Amino acid sequence: MKPPRLSLLLAGLLLAGGAHAAAADHVRASHAWIRVLPGALPAGAYVTLENDGDQPVALNGADSTVYADVMLHRSSTAGGMSRMSMVDSLDVPAHGKAVLAPAGYHLMLMQPKAPVKAGDTVRLTLKFTDGSTLATDFVARPANAMDAGDGHAMPAMDHGAMPHAAGH
Amino acid sequence: MKHRRARYLPLLLLLAAGLLLGGCGGAPLPFRLTNISGHMPDLDFKLTDDNGKPVTGADYRGKVVLLYFGYTHCPDVCPLTLAQLHVVMQRLGPLADGARILFVSVDPARDTPAIMHAYVNAFDKRAVGLVGDARSVEALSKRYRSAFTREPSSADGAYEVSHSSAIYVFDKRGRARVLATPSASQDDLVHDLHLLLDPGINP
Repeated sequence: MKPPRLSLLLAGLLLAGGAHAAAADHVRASHAWIRVLPGALPAGAYVTLENDGDQPVALNGADSTVYADVMLHRSSTAGGMSRMSMVDSLDVPAHGKAVLAPAGYHLMLMQPKAPVKAGDTVRLTLKFTDGSTLATDFVARPANAMDAGDGHAMPAMDHGAMPHAAGH
Repeated sequence: MKHRRARYLPLLLLLAAGLLLGGCGGAPLPFRLTNISGHMPDLDFKLTDDNGKPVTGADYRGKVVLLYFGYTHCPDVCPLTLAQLHVVMQRLGPLADGARILFVSVDPARDTPAIMHAYVNAFDKRAVGLVGDARSVEALSKRYRSAFTREPSSADGAYEVSHSSAIYVFDKRGRARVLATPSASQDDLVHDLHLLLDPGINP
């Protein structure tokens, strides 16, 4: 599925990831992107996580040197109302995947310390409940982007439905 | 017989045009989205646009209007909806110049015209951000049986706003015509906007 070059890159990132936190070496990240909004407005970050391991893992947040605060959120629509809520964690099943995508799970990035422009790459360190981490490069995309722009768009987002909760 | 019909033709055309403009006769437009013609009041509000200019619903007569409620501190669903509306506008081609996306902030405490200006223009050049005092925004929201509530989300005073996810579409005369729910397809929205924008279909 995934271009080998990205695997190499991620492997490199994992090696560079520091000795303190254990690397989440069974988890692979792809389609990582940020929808950049003007000024200091909070931005949504999206990524697909695939777990090749025999044990489930659970994403519970991320750290970034670029944003002062990152929260795991979920958007939902019920009864014609859209709302966002904080979530503690998102399961990535053993040999399964979890998708953070528009109108569903996302990382809310708050208080950028410097302006982030479309085309920039922002590294987020994804954090899992077992204490492991995964440094992942997110590509900053324009506000009106529909996906990561890497040619692997979620099928439903092109000519499909308007916002809906993305399952996993 | 033939002469008689010819004589009445101009009158018939005038009558037909009148019926079309009146919107209460002739064949109804074959909308695919939820048809709300006659069930929702005409577009009417008193707000401030993203250039700081006071505007009313009447200022958008002559344009097909897509009305959507949201707020700029909404990093996920609001930008997704506006990005999708941008795609819809792109698919309409030059016809889209006859349409305006009106993005009404339900967060008057944080959304200034300047913030709204930067925000809407990041999505589509035919989008307009509208702000107003809490009472004006609530009046507009209630007029379309829309709703929003403010929900505290964190200790530092940040908050989230739950808001109606529907897109209300008005014709060039300001009459409510269709409602796009979040599950509606872009194809249907493009189809219905085509009906409202194409001068050959709806003069």
